[in-house]
This record gives sequence, C-alpha cells and structure tokens, in this order.
Amino acid sequence: MASDWPLWEIFIRGQYGLSHRHVGSLHAPDAEMAMLNARDVYTRRNEGVSIWVVKSADITASAPSRKGPMFDPSNDKTYRHPTFFDIPDDVGSM
Amino acid sequence: MFEFLLRMGDNTLVLGHRVSEWCGHAPVLEEDIALANIALDLIGQTRLWLGLAGEVEGQGRDADALAFRRDAWDFRNLLLVERPNRDFGHTLMRQFLFDLWHLDRLADLCRSADERVAGIAKKCVKEADYHLERSKDLIIRLGDGTDESHARMQAALEALWPYVGEMFTDDALDMEMADKGIAPLPSAQRARFGAALNGVLSQAMLTRPESDFARQGGRTGTHSEDLGHMLATMQFLQRAYPDARW
Repeated sequence: MASDWPLWEIFIRGQYGLSHRHVGSLHAPDAEMAMLNARDVYTRRNEGVSIWVVKSADITASAPSRKGPMFDPSNDKTYRHPTFFDIPDDVGSM
Repeated sequence: MFEFLLRMGDNTLVLGHRVSEWCGHAPVLEEDIALANIALDLIGQTRLWLGLAGEVEGQGRDADALAFRRDAWDFRNLLLVERPNRDFGHTLMRQFLFDLWHLDRLADLCRSADERVAGIAKKCVKEADYHLERSKDLIIRLGDGTDESHARMQAALEALWPYVGEMFTDDALDMEMADKGIAPLPSAQRARFGAALNGVLSQAMLTRPESDFARQGGRTGTHSEDLGHMLATMQFLQRAYPDARW
C-alpha cells in the first residue's frame, strides 16, 4: 500500500531549453512506477516534455534553522550583483 | 460501415465508463488519477468513433445521442469490456487483455483505406500504446508479486479468459470491411496477440488457461445483464431529463 511506498520528488521540463522544475511529489514502489505515476498526475494538461523522478530521501536539504548563517551574509553585498556594468547594445538580451 | 464504427466506439465507451467507476475508489491516489486518465482517453476516443458513426448514419444522431439513447441490444461492444470491475486484479487484467488487442487493432486501422478511419486510429494509437505500457507493467508486477496478488491475477485471468476469443472471430460484417480494405479480419490478429500474451504471462508467472471456449454475442448486440445495469447508471440523466443543460 501507499504507506509502505517511498516518496518521490517530481521534476518536469516544460519546454525545450528550459530546465526541469520541481512540481510536487507522489508515492510509488520504485522509479519505474514513479515515472508512470508522474506522467499521469503531473502531465495531464500537456505540461511537459521530460520528467525526472528522485527519491525524496536522496535529497539533502539545507536546514531551515541555519537560514541566517547560510543566506543573510549575502544580503548587503550589492556589489555581487552585476548591475554596475553597462551592457553594449550589440549583446542583446542577457 | 455504421455497425463497424459502433463496434469500435462502443468498446471504448463501455470500457471507459467501467474504468471511470473507480474514480474516487482506487487503492491509492496515484492509481486513481491514472485510471481516471485512461477512462477519459477512452471516452475521448469514443467521441471520435461515434461522432463519425452518426455522420455516416445520416439520421442526425451525434456521439451523445448514440451513447446515451441506445438500449443494451443496440450496443456492439465486446463482452470483455462490460465485465464488472470486481477487484483491482480483474480491472487490470481486463484492461491488459483489451489494450493488447486494441493497440494492435489501431495499428492496423492506421492503414485503413478509409481516410477518416485511419485518421481516428492515428489519434488513438499513442494513447493505446501508453495504456498497454501501464497495464502490462502492472500485470507483471502483480502476477510476480506476493502470493495474494499472484492468486488474484491468476483468478482474474481465468474469469476473463472466456471473453478473449470474441476479439478474433470473423463475421459477415468483418468480411465486408476486409474486402473494402477498411479493416483487416479480426482473426488475423490472433497469432500476434497470442505470442505477445504468452511473453507477458511468462514474465508475470501466470498460467494461460487451456480452454478455447469463447463467449460471444457482444458484437451483434447480445449482451450480459451487466451491461444493462451499467447503462442504467450511465444513461440515467439523459433518460430522465432529455437534453438537460446546466
């Protein structure tokens, strides 16, 4: 039953050229079934051209309690943003 | 031609409705959505077949009229697809046996001399391909699963086996369709079906029943009482409130 099945995170690439995006999770006994289930649960309205399934347990996530030390230091370092450069028109959109 | 189109459209209509009966009741959420998808695919295919049937008939009946305002004896589906859902094993085995036949049938129809038939078949064949991938996978998993899942799949195979032969019997209408190049004879599929079936059953550790006994009559309108019960539910609204709108 579903309670014994591992949880899988589903990533779908919407169009060629875009990267896979996390769309949600589901239960399945193995990767093959997770793929079929992902197709049925998340691509019903023509959302995707490619699917990745990853066992949730295999994802290492940053700890919410470490948010301060992890991310705050970059808050006040505006010089890290490339907004001080003039981009020549020839470059087009970046 | 009209009868031939009913045979195609009634198969997908009746099986589509049967599968839709699982909606909200499937063993797990993911299966529930997958089954609902398959049901919708089949009902979408029905719209194409019965839509063309209505056009060919020329009596002003559209797909809805054909689906909701005919009685059981006017239906031309295989007896297999009207079998009740029973347990999940029966539902999957019925689906697998149908998918295996259906994909091969549609592949043949893609080459039909009638462009409208070939057009519909080409639209449906990709869906049928996925349906078979899924049902085959599940048959193998459950057949070669636990003692209980194996026993249920074997029981389902034996219960549904008498309904397999009907898919491959030819009658006068089949001969006519074959002569016109619209659809090959159903009997031509038998050997391909058998070989593919044996391959899957051996992987699923299931034993093919020996009997050749085949129940027949669905394709000429002689149905089991189960179809009547199903239609009573399916057609209720149109029968009680004809042309209801909301």
